[in-house]
Amino acid sequence: MSDRRHATVMLRHDKVELALHALRPDGEGRPLLHLHGLGEQSPTAVPRHLAPWPGAVWALDFTGHGASSVPAGGGYYCELLMADVDTALAHLGPVTLYGRGLGAYVALLAAGARPELVRGAVLDDGPGLTGGGPEPTTPFVLGAPLPVAGAPDPYALFELSHDVRPPDYAVTYARQAATLSSLDTALAVAAVVRPPWLAAVAAEPGVLTVPLATCTDMFAKVT
Amino acid sequence: MPDVVSFPGARAPDRCRTVDSHGIRIAVHEWGDADAPPLVLAHGGFDFARTFDVFAPLLAEGGWRVVAWDQRGHGDSGYAAMYAWEADVRDALTVVNSVTSGPLPIVGHSKGGAVSLQFAASLPHRVSALVNLDGLPGRRTMPDVPDHERTKLLASELAAWLDFRRRTVTNQRRADTIEGLAERRGAMNPRLSTEWLRYLVTVGARHDPDGWRWKIDPSLRMGGFGPWRPEWAMSRLPGLGAPVLAVLGLQPERMGWGNAAEEVAGMLPAGSHTVSYDDVGHFVHIEQPHRVAALALDFLADHVAEARP
Repeated sequence: MSDRRHATVMLRHDKVELALHALRPDGEGRPLLHLHGLGEQSPTAVPRHLAPWPGAVWALDFTGHGASSVPAGGGYYCELLMADVDTALAHLGPVTLYGRGLGAYVALLAAGARPELVRGAVLDDGPGLTGGGPEPTTPFVLGAPLPVAGAPDPYALFELSHDVRPPDYAVTYARQAATLSSLDTALAVAAVVRPPWLAAVAAEPGVLTVPLATCTDMFAKVT
Repeated sequence: MPDVVSFPGARAPDRCRTVDSHGIRIAVHEWGDADAPPLVLAHGGFDFARTFDVFAPLLAEGGWRVVAWDQRGHGDSGYAAMYAWEADVRDALTVVNSVTSGPLPIVGHSKGGAVSLQFAASLPHRVSALVNLDGLPGRRTMPDVPDHERTKLLASELAAWLDFRRRTVTNQRRADTIEGLAERRGAMNPRLSTEWLRYLVTVGARHDPDGWRWKIDPSLRMGGFGPWRPEWAMSRLPGLGAPVLAVLGLQPERMGWGNAAEEVAGMLPAGSHTVSYDDVGHFVHIEQPHRVAALALDFLADHVAEARP
């Protein structure tokens, strides 16, 4: 009962209303912030695999997903979702991030860009983990509008399924997290599937590649 | 202070309309005979269609129906929640579709030139020729600093961008006088006359009760980062099916991409030309509208069947 969704806070990021859900409003120590995969939304209860986390558990719906607003006209890119996360960080303060798929990539970006606020990020499997691969493919332009019927925004599904994720670009963020975070280990890769960006991140010194339970346990212990 | 300022050769569009592009209202401006063969103009980032007020009438007099649009968030177009090149290319297609279903020439400046390249690479059947005005993505210049320093550099850039995103909820552009905005624009366009700059303010800014402010969405910010590499855009050049006229302004400027003529020439498809001006900066068509219009008209006459003699 206590681990069901309790309350939702609406936060503003530019013209978008973001839904931040309290899955477990209280707990010991730092909150965990859950980032869903492409086309998903925040879970309605603390997922079983995250239940051992001792602190509060929050979950953010990205722009165009879940209970967040679906803006007109598309234009999605992962750095903008990183700013979605930063909007949540402004509200929550320091957190540990847990990201699935697309959320794992965004968690990496946020860990590199806000090393003082992201106290560890766990990168896990999930939809949208690969993105568009390490380099652009043949360009395609959408002629007719996509039918939008609420979340998830089809423009998000379309655009974020081919955003380019070069390994060296991802590594830049991993190095920033490693260099600028005060933690000994700032990133942990739990994902079994390793697209090129994630393989490169996992190979960086100081990045832990261990099962999920070990990752969350480790980050729960750091202050 | 009157809201309308005149400038020799500058002419408001003959027709203005809007199109809906995937839910965003896009303002379209046209000069010249509505039955003439169409040509599209794409402005650069942080610019607006009315910067073509001298250049476009010259092309119209050369026998073209000249169609320009304000990119989303710019000029008279609607603001969007998100801005990305892919969305700009979609908006370009919406505008082109509102004009013709056949191929047409596209003249693009700076980012508008780069967007046109992507458009032509994606939709070769819709482009008959490209005129690229200092809009070939140049090599990224990263200061020569040790790796650790570079990490800190990028980190501060990212933090500054995120801090800016946090402020977008309340941000607005600074209100100023026409002179004040002209002076700020002049910092980017050091060779423009004061009159020309003042004119540009009156068409690119709006007169609010507290002063003039640029119409552009305050959530747009210069500078950027991301995974994109200029060489990816350049690698699409040799395979283009349409001839390219590349015009380079070699005076170094903040907004310029710093392409060298020899670097560009080897990448252009058959039938292309490169022309560089030593004495002109990045905004070639704003600085030298007559020279650049004459060059573009000659190129189009030689390469596009629809061009009127």
